[in-house]
Amino acid sequence: MSTAALTLPNDRPSILGIFLREVRYEFVRALRTKAYSLSVMGFPVVFYIFFGIILNRGEHHDGMTVAKDMLAGYAVFGAIGASLFGIGVGLAGDLSAGWLELKRASPMPPLAYLLAKCCTAMGFATIIVTLLTVIGIAFGGVHITLLEYAKIVSLVVIGSIPFACMGLLLALLAPFNSAPGIANMIYLPMSFLGGLWLPIDLLPNVLQKFAPVLPTYHLRQLMIGVFGASTAGRTSTHWLALFGFTAVMLVCAGYAFRRREQNS
Amino acid sequence: MTELMDSPIANSQQSTETVASLTAITKRYSNGVVALDNLSLQLHRGQIVALLGPNGAGKSTAVRLLMGLSSPTSGDARIFGADPRNTAARLHTGVMLQVGRAPEMLRVREHIAIFRGYYPHPMPYADLIKAAGLEGLEGRMFGQLSGGQKQRVFFALALAGDPDLIFLDEPTVGLDIEARRLMWAQIRSLAARGKTVLLTTHYLEEADALAHRIIVINKGKVVCEGTPAEVKSLGAGFSGDAAAGSAIKIIRCATTLTAEHLLKMPSVSRVESDGELTVIISAQAESTLREMLALDQNLHSLEVQSPALEDAFLALTKNS
Repeated sequence: MSTAALTLPNDRPSILGIFLREVRYEFVRALRTKAYSLSVMGFPVVFYIFFGIILNRGEHHDGMTVAKDMLAGYAVFGAIGASLFGIGVGLAGDLSAGWLELKRASPMPPLAYLLAKCCTAMGFATIIVTLLTVIGIAFGGVHITLLEYAKIVSLVVIGSIPFACMGLLLALLAPFNSAPGIANMIYLPMSFLGGLWLPIDLLPNVLQKFAPVLPTYHLRQLMIGVFGASTAGRTSTHWLALFGFTAVMLVCAGYAFRRREQNS
Repeated sequence: MTELMDSPIANSQQSTETVASLTAITKRYSNGVVALDNLSLQLHRGQIVALLGPNGAGKSTAVRLLMGLSSPTSGDARIFGADPRNTAARLHTGVMLQVGRAPEMLRVREHIAIFRGYYPHPMPYADLIKAAGLEGLEGRMFGQLSGGQKQRVFFALALAGDPDLIFLDEPTVGLDIEARRLMWAQIRSLAARGKTVLLTTHYLEEADALAHRIIVINKGKVVCEGTPAEVKSLGAGFSGDAAAGSAIKIIRCATTLTAEHLLKMPSVSRVESDGELTVIISAQAESTLREMLALDQNLHSLEVQSPALEDAFLALTKNS
């Protein structure tokens, strides 16, 4: 009866082709969605110009110009925004609209969707770091070698992963209407307390002790490490912390996903 | 009613080759709600099957199982002999769901390019645009489209892979009459090309106009299954020979004849009173009427109707 199946051709289109098309259009979509692209790129750039350049012209902090120190902080700030809003809020929207459901009912390889969102966030992170670097060099007197630039781009790209996983968890837990609000409530305090806006030693003592709990702190430490600043703690500790955070987010997201599935 | 379910399909043009099936499916959600209760159904090649049922009957659960979006608590869901949860099994299916919105900042052309890319042998782009009636809209952003245009984009996405099995969940919601007729014509031509279509709809007219076979489900069980004519006759209280089913008529009139008397007449299967009027269900309305008119000279307010699918549907889902 059901032998019909065996006579059907079972060739598949190229997975790489699907993946590249998905990434390309996700990126185009994000770029055209001004509410996302302008705010995600605009906030770090404006904050950096204001705090890193105008208010701190020529000042030094920890053996480095403030403009360079803050370049690291706002680059991380921008990368997190791109991930948390691109994946957290974007996915929550697709979920609530039923769009993801249609994608899942299609023969799209399930990971293509998530990877496209993740790569798009990484693309935005790269653009943000580049913008900040250009502004820093042009107006903040920042000296940065090509190697340093390549290293910080790689760092924000890889560093996007933990926050992408956090966005995934957010999308699975938060209803679409409240997702942007919740994302901001995580994003802004985590950035401030992790030392992305102001150098951490300018914060009150209690908050300084709290900072190492946050993934933002560790990513920033790795960034300023690239610039040769003395970082608090060892490089391996920071990587381990980011890896641990990613693992926790993924496990929670897996649990939230299964719970969702059981109710569907 | 079960005798009908085993009877061969009236329309002999379709094959009996099973393309998709649910076998003894029970689906219990984690909150304890039983959405499907030992439900079985089969889709045959080249058929348009309409799944009908009131809200909460389990039709969308049944479709979700066949689309691989959900797992059964027990029982077996198959498409082309494989588990629909496998991505590869879905290479020959197309799906139209009730989707609130697609990404709004992508053009129609881009959405279609993405979905065509999922399939090894997609429908040629120009054919697809024509089939979905999207000529001239290809360059528009999805967010700029009207409700009916969006619906047509979703239809195009379902057909993008030139699939053999197509699931359409309420496909014509929000379409004007002309667009609906166009989509009906497309759905019919799919079946004519040997494609299998499973359709859920709450427009009974749509099921009547399109489906070769209607499956009525309620409370997670199949209530009845058959051609539109068979389902109509079932709902009218007739449970005999299916071939005679299409001749069932509803007679309404004011008469002095008693229910007992009327029920003794051949081919009268049910008598009900509706205020002043008497409602008689007969498989041979002409002879019943001839007899009634002879016996009751004062018979008036006469009306004879074919049972509508809607009546059948209401009757079937109320009694189960």
